Amino acid sequence: MLAVSVLLVTGSTLAGCSGETSWKTEVLTSMSVKINTVLPNNRLVHHNTKLRTERVSLYYGTFRALKDISLDIPEHAITAIIGPSGCGKSSFLRLFNRMNDLITRARVEGCVELDGVHIYEKSTDVVELRKRVGMVFQKPNPFPMSVFDNVSFGPRQHGRKSRGELGDIVEKSLKLAALWDEVKEKLDQSALALSGGQQQRLCIARVLAVEPEVILMDEPCSALDPVATLKIEDLMTNLAANYTIVIVTHNMQQAARVSDMAACFLMDPDRSGVLVEYGPTSQIFTNPKDKRTEDYITGRFG
Amino acid sequence: MRFSEKIPGRVLLVIAFSALSALVLITVFIFVEGVPLIARVGVFNFIFGMKWAPSQGAFGIFPMIVGSLSVTLGAIILGVPIALCCAIFLTEFAPATVRNAIRPAIQLLAGIPSVVYGFWGLIFVVPLIRNYIGGPGLSILAGSIILAIMILPTIISISEVSLLALPPPYREGAFALGATQWQTIHGVLLPAARSGILAAVILGMGRAIGETMAVIMVLGNAVAMPSSILDPARTLTTNIGIEMAYAAGEHRQALFATGIVLLVMIMILNSVAQYALRRRQDER
Ligand SMILES: Nc1ncnc2c1ncn2[C@@H]1O[C@H](COP(=O)(O)OP(=O)(O)O)[C@@H](O)[C@H]1O
Ligand SMILES: [Mg+2]
Repeated sequence: MLAVSVLLVTGSTLAGCSGETSWKTEVLTSMSVKINTVLPNNRLVHHNTKLRTERVSLYYGTFRALKDISLDIPEHAITAIIGPSGCGKSSFLRLFNRMNDLITRARVEGCVELDGVHIYEKSTDVVELRKRVGMVFQKPNPFPMSVFDNVSFGPRQHGRKSRGELGDIVEKSLKLAALWDEVKEKLDQSALALSGGQQQRLCIARVLAVEPEVILMDEPCSALDPVATLKIEDLMTNLAANYTIVIVTHNMQQAARVSDMAACFLMDPDRSGVLVEYGPTSQIFTNPKDKRTEDYITGRFG
Repeated sequence: MRFSEKIPGRVLLVIAFSALSALVLITVFIFVEGVPLIARVGVFNFIFGMKWAPSQGAFGIFPMIVGSLSVTLGAIILGVPIALCCAIFLTEFAPATVRNAIRPAIQLLAGIPSVVYGFWGLIFVVPLIRNYIGGPGLSILAGSIILAIMILPTIISISEVSLLALPPPYREGAFALGATQWQTIHGVLLPAARSGILAAVILGMGRAIGETMAVIMVLGNAVAMPSSILDPARTLTTNIGIEMAYAAGEHRQALFATGIVLLVMIMILNSVAQYALRRRQDER
């Protein structure tokens, strides 16, 4: 049913995964499906589903790091992935920009969709996918080049050449990343000379310069001090109006502060990561349905 | 007890110093023998003199400086692109099995005695140039080709180490921005490893300038100023190698003076390489 409507809309071979529609979603006339989110202010908002996994398993060699994960991630909202170390949060995040492709032993089963289109198809253009789905890493990883060259790296590789055009993109991206005022005098200096928090915002600006639709963030604040952390959180909240953000975090308070939706991952006894609960952040934190979620969250709150 | 603990340190110190003193001894010896001649002829006349005729008391080594620099430059132009491609292939593309097969082969290349390179060049490369390109075959081009092959192992292994030493997040960061593998290599990895690669090239140059045996066999060794890469030439090292057997008096001093010039050139190259390698560490 879903697959058919998708085919009708796109009129091409691009298609989502066939099979039953999950109970959470309702099929609309367009390619996308909708879910309801209760935002922290208790407003009921309709979001399109931007990213979707259906019964996804990820293997590293023979080790099954993720087991049957099904999740719909809403557009223009912040979704937090929480859970203890080693339960597969980073692995899950890397599904969406296919960074797991870089690991030769990694293998994906199941369905991962961006805007209803399966992204593990043979025909998927991974380079194009990564332009649409940007990623910010745990440890800030600016390239050893100038601030300007860092931010303009993506657009330069993707064919924008003129210095003027690049200058505009760099300024716009740095402003979006709330870094412009701090670095506008030192665009030609090495990015490695910036502070950790500045470097992380630079990495966000570098992603924004490619004009992605989705930004994946893997514990983006774990290497930063509290002030820098708050800056990044503010930044995320501002970006959420126009971008779909998925953030992995160890920090329960951070998840509670910034996210609209939260997914709690835990490890099965066989060490595979499983999704135990997913829902609006307010509900996950105040009224978790699953005992294990509650144990994890309260354990962390002490 | 305390004394016996110090013994190993002392012994190593003495051995280390004897190695160092050999270096000092050789350097002092070369300078003592060579400097008087340079003083007599004049630094400018010695280095920029066009005529080398020891029997007439003419000691100008400029044609040989040109010879050394041109074979070295030729070796770099031919060798560096190949070596870089090799290093990039080994670090970025080759699966572990291929890498583990190629790496020892490259090490082996470094182990071949230079006389074997020279002999192969004389039998294979020289006739090829004579028959298909022109000139006597014994030429700067022949020397450059042989040296290019000889410096491959140095440049490949140091560039490879520099590329492997790059933090993986550089790679991931570039890929995550939608860069292709080639864009990642060209846009991030090579620039990030550039000081290491520069050091590799400079060390390769040092090896090329210092090489004697292989070059003697394929270069033709004429003392005249070469006018094209198909002309024979003589380098600073081959000059010493060829004439030392019968040189005496002033002539012998002039060969030591040639050695001084070589030593200074190589010292400059090595300091530049050291500087580049240190820059690489600072960038971390
Ligand atoms: N490249 C890899 N190769 C093999 N196993 C891996 C790799 N990356 C992660 N794993 C394993 O997968 C599991 C999940 O890891 P990860 O996704 O990093 O968890 P988290 O981010 O939640 O801490 C862990 O058991 C880890 O050891
Ligand atoms: Mg992780």
